[in-house]
Amino acid sequence: MTIKTYRQALHDTLREEMLRDESVFLMGEEIGVFEGSYKITAGLLTEFGEKRVRDTPIAEEGFTGAAIGAAMLGLRPVVEIMTINFSLLALDQIVNHAAKIYGMFGGQAKVPLVIRTPGGGGQQLGATHSQNIELYYAFVPGMKVVAPSTPADAKALLLAAIRDDDPVLFLENLALYNTKGDVPDDDTPAEIGKAKITREGHDLTLIGYSRMAYVARNIAEALAESEGLDIEVIDLMSLRPLDRATLVESVKKTHAAVVLEDDWLTYGIGAEIAASISDGAFDYLDAPVRRVAMAEVPMPYSKNLESAAMPTNDDVINAIFQTLEAVGRRLKKIGQSHD
Amino acid sequence: MTADAMRSTKAGAKPKAPSPRTTSRQKAASAPVAKKVAAKKVVAKKVVAKETVATPPAARKAPVRRAATKKVDAAQLVQFYRDMMLIRRFEERSARAYTEALIGGYCHLNLGEEATVVGLMSALRETDYLFTNYREHGYALMRGIHPNHAMAELYGRVDGVSKGWGGSMHMFDMTHRLLGGYGIVGGQLPLATGAALAIDYRGLDEVVMCTMGDGTVNIGAFHESLNIAALWKLPVVFVVINNGLGMGTTVDKSSAEPEAYKRAAAYQMASERVDGLDPVLVAEAAQRAVASARAGQPFLLEVVCERLRGHSVVDPAKYRSPEEVAKVVKLDPVPALANRLVKEKILTAVQVRHIDEEETARADAADAFARASAVPDVSTLFDYNYATPVANDSRRRPGDPLFPVIPRYNVEVAR
Repeated sequence: MTIKTYRQALHDTLREEMLRDESVFLMGEEIGVFEGSYKITAGLLTEFGEKRVRDTPIAEEGFTGAAIGAAMLGLRPVVEIMTINFSLLALDQIVNHAAKIYGMFGGQAKVPLVIRTPGGGGQQLGATHSQNIELYYAFVPGMKVVAPSTPADAKALLLAAIRDDDPVLFLENLALYNTKGDVPDDDTPAEIGKAKITREGHDLTLIGYSRMAYVARNIAEALAESEGLDIEVIDLMSLRPLDRATLVESVKKTHAAVVLEDDWLTYGIGAEIAASISDGAFDYLDAPVRRVAMAEVPMPYSKNLESAAMPTNDDVINAIFQTLEAVGRRLKKIGQSHD
Repeated sequence: MTADAMRSTKAGAKPKAPSPRTTSRQKAASAPVAKKVAAKKVVAKKVVAKETVATPPAARKAPVRRAATKKVDAAQLVQFYRDMMLIRRFEERSARAYTEALIGGYCHLNLGEEATVVGLMSALRETDYLFTNYREHGYALMRGIHPNHAMAELYGRVDGVSKGWGGSMHMFDMTHRLLGGYGIVGGQLPLATGAALAIDYRGLDEVVMCTMGDGTVNIGAFHESLNIAALWKLPVVFVVINNGLGMGTTVDKSSAEPEAYKRAAAYQMASERVDGLDPVLVAEAAQRAVASARAGQPFLLEVVCERLRGHSVVDPAKYRSPEEVAKVVKLDPVPALANRLVKEKILTAVQVRHIDEEETARADAADAFARASAVPDVSTLFDYNYATPVANDSRRRPGDPLFPVIPRYNVEVAR
């Protein structure tokens, strides 16, 4: 085990995979000379050269599609799209091509492609640069979408994604890059399609992914200390495939669930989770599944408004308390901040 | 400006060609800024300026080049004819099968494009790759895919080249290096660029050819792909098959620069334009383009041809006047080549007819094979979800519940 930041874990994993496999190479805007907008690829151009660390023109559709084509011929490109917002420019290539090629041609061509891209918000980047639109990709059969929330999971899921023969959208998060944690030194990949119970409990199931899985863990720990609550926390890890069984089994035990998401509520990932829990644990629920999600506005620039649009810890705690009250529990404190 | 009008703006004199149409239409222009052009630039001595229609000034001033005048190999001409005849009869059979509801969805035919198809495909090695669009049946046949498997794909059968998963627009065969028919206009361009990148990455001498229609030059992927290909000197030939119509919209109405090959100038890429009704001219131009790409200089080739029928089999093409249609029919490259073969005494009329009969029989056999082929079993619906098996992969049919539904009287809440 080594303590690393999420950023360092990504960097080191990319480097190790490039050393391990000659067919792994990187493409993206500003990943070489500039060392990456978020410095994930720092130093890799110097070490591996321009052939394997390819600075691209600002042409998401062109270079993402080129990565798909290269993958069809057996290379293992890892594309960086600077933020998930810009992936919209490559939507046709990802949805109509990467996700379709294996099935549409009767299994004749594989697309071993990884698209790394951070979501986020809260950096005062305004409406077009603060979105969390991983749902667009999680919606599409043929895609795999993973979203690690710790440095260790970032490593394990990136290993799995690079070694997988299908297109994988690897969701990072601007707010997680500097978070630290223990990272195993061995290279055991995670299993894509599996959620992880990161804290066991009996009072309520708190579900999140990416940044919101991190938030969920912290709040559950804080509430255990301050309120004596025993909250079970699930990190989805994989948005497609979705591990519904783990969610349902947890709710059968806790009888209540709160879903945290950084995307918009309407038609969002939380909606799918709530529906799945309803399908699999309807008779076990003692309160409606509650969702905490982004306010449904284009993200404002002004800090005051931006903060109001994003889920806060208080929002999460209130949702937990209200859900527990709906179940029938009496709680002492409501709305205390645990920042 | 129709494709016909575009062709008539240029010419090069070619002696002794049998059809007046073909003689007046061998031309091509080299990109003025090309760094390294595979073929030498030859400015035609005379430009036939039949510019009675509104031809943009740019088109008039285009540098015109004569096609290379190699001695045409008689055996090659016969092979072209045989191949064109196969495509013709296969496509006619497809159109008929569509009306018999044996083929579903969209179905775009290569009728009128036969000379272009055989000319282009003759320039590729077996180890080269082809990415194309949804008008690809003829290309699939010329890559070596058996007509039976092409037809079975159209009929949605297990013996189809894409096992019944692709249909008319999505034929694919890794063995014959047909890397797809693609149904999204322009979708194949970034992919082809990436395939060329993989070839370059591995230091191989293979080439990727990527064909598209005239409408594709206006989509963003065209610009992004040509820019990347030129920037990284990738071994790829982009081919614009200009039949004058994107569905029912003329090139004039969709392209501010109607001469597609000129777009290459924006990328310092070599380019030329060739008459697509003569398979020999197409083949020669394609060889130049492929040689350039193999030497690390991507190439933009524009092939001007005709579309004999509507955009797809269900399109009656009412936007064309009877005069236009009559003109297009007169330009049909298949009888033109038959006439040439007879006139140049390469084949007798009987031999020409015999080839037709043989290729008609192959198309009929393909139909019989496809009819007899099984439809894919419903149990195979999830066979191609993922290449790498994954936990919690959904195999749910539309009416299935996510979790077993327990009758109310059996519910025991475990508390």
